[in-house]
Amino acid sequence: MSLVLDSGDTAWILVSTALVMLMIPGVGLFYGGLVRKKDVVSMVGLSFLALALVSVQWVLAGYSLAFGTDIGGVIGGLDHLGLKGVGMGTGDGTIPDLIFMAFQLVFAGITLAIITSAVAERVKLSSFIVFGLLWTTLVYDPLAHWVWGGGFLAEMGALDFAGGTVVHISSGFGALALALVIGKRMGFGEHDMEPHNIPMTMLGAALLWFGWFGFNAGSALAADGLAANAFVVTNTSAAAGALTWLFASWINGKPSALGMVSGAIAGLVAITPAAGFVDAMSALAIGAIAGILCYRALIFRIGKGLDESLDAWAVHGVGGLWGALATGIFASEAIGGYSGLIYGNVDQFVAQAIGAGIAIVYAFVVTLALAKIVDVTMGLRVSEEEEYVGLDIAQHGEKAYA
Amino acid sequence: MKVETIIRPERLDRVKNSLEEKGFISMTVSEVTGRGEQKGIKLQFRGKDMEVDLLPKVKMELIVEDADVDLLVETIVDAAKTGKFGDGRIFVTPVAKSIRIRTGEVTS
Repeated sequence: MSLVLDSGDTAWILVSTALVMLMIPGVGLFYGGLVRKKDVVSMVGLSFLALALVSVQWVLAGYSLAFGTDIGGVIGGLDHLGLKGVGMGTGDGTIPDLIFMAFQLVFAGITLAIITSAVAERVKLSSFIVFGLLWTTLVYDPLAHWVWGGGFLAEMGALDFAGGTVVHISSGFGALALALVIGKRMGFGEHDMEPHNIPMTMLGAALLWFGWFGFNAGSALAADGLAANAFVVTNTSAAAGALTWLFASWINGKPSALGMVSGAIAGLVAITPAAGFVDAMSALAIGAIAGILCYRALIFRIGKGLDESLDAWAVHGVGGLWGALATGIFASEAIGGYSGLIYGNVDQFVAQAIGAGIAIVYAFVVTLALAKIVDVTMGLRVSEEEEYVGLDIAQHGEKAYA
Repeated sequence: MKVETIIRPERLDRVKNSLEEKGFISMTVSEVTGRGEQKGIKLQFRGKDMEVDLLPKVKMELIVEDADVDLLVETIVDAAKTGKFGDGRIFVTPVAKSIRIRTGEVTS
């Protein structure tokens, strides 16, 4: 069946791509407010750097590895190296291939930005560049292929509407591995390392919530009812997550504004794989549970004395895992053509669990290996004096606030 | 007497808590930058030396009875010391008068 370019679809995906692009500096600002003043330029900068690095890697090779002609269900071929064959025509959709490629590009970009959580305030810039390029090529591209590019996880029936597995599980559990290799910041556990600018983090969260409409509703790859469903469940899940994390922190002490926006992100992460398969009432549950689950995961992480500094694992990793499973619980045939546990179908849930499990193991193990290799050859960390005066001065020779 | 101390910012909580344990509650705290005789911290950047010569510190000022000065100094040193360059200093100066604004009393 050959389809014709649909200008509504194309316009929407163009906009969605721009929305998701904005989420990348959004991650940077979210993280930037959470670190100390002496490292904020570095932290926000790492997200911009992730966008720049992946933008280049993707058009050279990444897109081909993820979406090229399938080889053994494991990786894409090199047929689209340098965007060969990716043009203004529509291929087998209603939007130009080029914009499909660009939409996928910003997903790859944000995934690398998320993982910078694990190396906050201590990573050597040159090592991050090398690690980042290796990671996006060897972790992101294969996973994207397995789930969206015609690879074996999709064959097996695992559903991931907008990237709960490909983006969030990978970066969340990757961050865990990376944190284990790079080690904790000097003084972690001994003295306080408070966020230096909570409003900056809230601004980041605002850009993320806004951009997520492009992330999820854009993943319908059409301007249609499914996009509308994704849009609505996205907002609903974010709101539910914001409220439950707020209340959870309230029960433990004071209601945390930072917790509230973190809960919104948790809800957004969790609804990501489910957005095209569940309804708004399910989204209330998915987001609400995500808010509590990710809050508890954060507390657990701190209790273990692990410096996975900005909680990508607790929010994206755990939130993504919950979202993958929730998809298998709440999927409604009327919406996306698949049904979940609440409608009596166990198989989908099992497929979700297996898919998530494989992604977790793959992302964790390969990230661990890559981090180790870079650490041994180049050193992942800056020196103690550099860490003490802060990366803004030590790595960039810049001050955030004159 | 006025006891003024410059300490590492990351030691603020520890010093404040130790002081509170020993009964030293009132204080003024400010963020400052400064350097000692080491002229700050030297970093190497691709073979070139870079000097970060004014580092962030915290200044605490307390007014105490003459008899309490030694205990205060000892408490600060114990809580603020790391043994490395940059630990800071303590200055003790006399105070002519101290007045509480709320009541107008001269307290000593």
